[in-house]
Amino acid sequence: MVTVKELIQIESNKPELFQCGSSACAGCASVLALRWALKALGPKTVVVAPASCANVYIGIWPKASSAVPYVNMAFAAGASAASGVVAGYEALGKKDINVLTWAGDGGTVDIGIQALSGAIERSTNFIYACYDNEGYMNTGTQRSSSTMKHTKTTTTPTGKGMHKKDIAQIVAAHDIPYVATCVATDPQEVYTVFSEAKEIQGAKFIHILSPCAPGWRFAASRTTEMGDLAVKTGIFLLWKQVDGELTVNKRTLKYLDKSKRLPVEAYLNEQGRFGSLRKDQIQDLQDWVDRRCDKLARRV
Amino acid sequence: MSKIKKTEMDKEQTIIMSGNYASAWGAKCSRVKVVSAYPITPQTTVVEKLADFVEGGELDARYIKVESEHSVMASLVGSSMTGARSFTATSGQGLLYMTEMLHWVSSSRLPIVTTIASRGIAPPWNIWAEYTDILSVRDCGWIIQFASTHQEIFDSILMGYKIAENEGVMLPYFIVYGGFTQSHTSKPVRIPPQKDIDSFLPSPPEKGWSHLNLDPENPITHGNLLMPQQEYLDFRFLIHDAMMKSKKVIQKTITEFKKSFKRNYSGLTENYKCKDADVVLISYGALAEQSKIAVDELRKQGKKVGLFKLRYIRPFPNEELEELFNSGVKAIGIADQGTAFGNPTGGPISTEVMSLLRLSGKKIKVLPYVWGLGGRDVTVDEQIHVFNQLITLKNKNQYPTDDTFQHGTVWMGLKTGV
Amino acid sequence: MKKDDPKSTETKCPVYKSWRELPHVPISRGMKGSIGETGDWRTYRPEIDAKQCSKCGICYVYCPDGVILFQEGSVPSIDYTYCKGCGICKVKCPKNAIEMIRERE
Repeated sequence: MVTVKELIQIESNKPELFQCGSSACAGCASVLALRWALKALGPKTVVVAPASCANVYIGIWPKASSAVPYVNMAFAAGASAASGVVAGYEALGKKDINVLTWAGDGGTVDIGIQALSGAIERSTNFIYACYDNEGYMNTGTQRSSSTMKHTKTTTTPTGKGMHKKDIAQIVAAHDIPYVATCVATDPQEVYTVFSEAKEIQGAKFIHILSPCAPGWRFAASRTTEMGDLAVKTGIFLLWKQVDGELTVNKRTLKYLDKSKRLPVEAYLNEQGRFGSLRKDQIQDLQDWVDRRCDKLARRV
Repeated sequence: MSKIKKTEMDKEQTIIMSGNYASAWGAKCSRVKVVSAYPITPQTTVVEKLADFVEGGELDARYIKVESEHSVMASLVGSSMTGARSFTATSGQGLLYMTEMLHWVSSSRLPIVTTIASRGIAPPWNIWAEYTDILSVRDCGWIIQFASTHQEIFDSILMGYKIAENEGVMLPYFIVYGGFTQSHTSKPVRIPPQKDIDSFLPSPPEKGWSHLNLDPENPITHGNLLMPQQEYLDFRFLIHDAMMKSKKVIQKTITEFKKSFKRNYSGLTENYKCKDADVVLISYGALAEQSKIAVDELRKQGKKVGLFKLRYIRPFPNEELEELFNSGVKAIGIADQGTAFGNPTGGPISTEVMSLLRLSGKKIKVLPYVWGLGGRDVTVDEQIHVFNQLITLKNKNQYPTDDTFQHGTVWMGLKTGV
Repeated sequence: MKKDDPKSTETKCPVYKSWRELPHVPISRGMKGSIGETGDWRTYRPEIDAKQCSKCGICYVYCPDGVILFQEGSVPSIDYTYCKGCGICKVKCPKNAIEMIRERE
């Protein structure tokens, strides 16, 4: 993985490809991740953004925050529109342009999953990145199938009744060349996975946990802390599968050992979205984490 | 169809083929660069034939076999935004499924051409000729042209790209024909030499469309938010304006086509023996083509009847209809092969024609028809019956009295227990 | 893409008086301040104490909006025209050299 020092040496003199003064909320992890993803991919990149916060923080016509071509797209069409962009460039012999779908969790795990599955099954040469803030935050915090169990959202006012969908594993089951997970609040990791994905031919998928201050109800200054806690509690697992081979990130590897990882309360209690959980609900989430960690540990 | 090794021909060739193959041939001869498709009856043989062309090395294009029609049109939005000439074909449910993206295409002003083998809408399942599919999406900002013959399907694709890609138009283009009656029947189609097609329809600009092109050297963002007091309304108007102004480009393209290939298409409408007619039937699609036989039969009996065929419904042929209203015609019938439940006439085009008639101020008697739904036969005899009903209306101001006349519209073939 | 005066971005935006002047579709160009001067959003202003700053650049890395400019070997500077005041830089600063100061009315 690239060090912070290297990151600064490589990037600090280059212009920002996602520019400041966007309408992203203060402390938005999604734009932090997009900022570093675009730095890793470079200016020869085209972004396809299906409906999400990314269709708002791109700006109001005739201004845009992106310094690379950026297409706002219909909700269900993130992966399919990108397939067409790739096919167009291939047909016209235009090479070395990265095509990136930048989608939220709703556009990925719910309405966009069919197009995503289709595009990666077809070995489309593109990167699909899902910034996962675990709900429809742009429309006012409704639940998605990526929302954690027991989360209170505007459509689950007493708490969601089922666990979140494991989109990265669903994608990994398609056996594509590159699947990676990372947290948006770790620019080093974001930069590393996008740099790796860029070099690989075929379909690449990157699942990015993206803490959301207004939707998860914590102070914006604590955004990076929430990303860290998600890793330290084992709630979000960092791994990648390259050509079928699984590698667990060193940090997650450490926390697969239950004695080393923090109890889930360390994460849940810091966010207003879980409200006051009963003991059995906390245990339910702890069991879920333990089960997932054990399962991953068995595969290492 | 005989196997042809080298399909890029130096000389014109006549091949017997289905309507669907005529569509595939039209796309191939237009040198489309990206095809994206999802199979649906009765469109399937279009995309099968295109797969043969691409995999047989006869068409240099990328072919995306997507997982739904929504993805078909989304992927063509992507490919067209790179400047690649893009094509698909669909039918019925598939067309309805891609509706959201149809708007995306026209609002992005992308010159995509799509052929429709029209079919009835489910449930209950129905796969036979009916135009409710295309009529349901008539206001999506696509040019809509009906092709009544196999040759017209092929020719219209060449003309369609030329019209759609015109700088002043830049709108997507539908070519519509009947499922099975046209898609699966075989007729001879003349395929011109490729070099003549290439000079009629040159490749799109290498730099992509001038209004919208995804090029990292010239980065643009498309589709972001416009506030209510910004120019959202104005951009909507531009789509309508371009559609109305495309009429001139359509006429010009037809003239150029005639010059290049010696085949003539009449324009937005086809006027068959209307000049001196006092009773005229207005219709579209293959059934309109068949009405010519009914007209000829009645003319033999000395009855002054005519057929007014709508080749285009978007843009709507206002001027041509106005001319018809001014021609001395006394009664008109308007036959829709599709439905618009709850609208004034039950069929969408009859309502539109009647609104124009009202604007013209002419006192012409009108009788709307709905016919041929779900592939229901409309025989020449039945069409003759339609004309006779119109003659009765003209002479005696008498509307049909049988049970098929409902809510001011004749539902041809409606079972009445008689 | 130039590190230009943020005010100058205003002049880059075309103004249309009639529909006849409009292009076929609304196209946007990349610039700072796609929503305006987001510095106005700020309640607390991050200030870097040059004496305590170790010039590591961590704040530049973690700033979500990229408003912290950094050249190796020098103290970073903050573009207050656009800084939203989220305070992530303060949390991440290893030397505790960033203070959040309440903006006055």
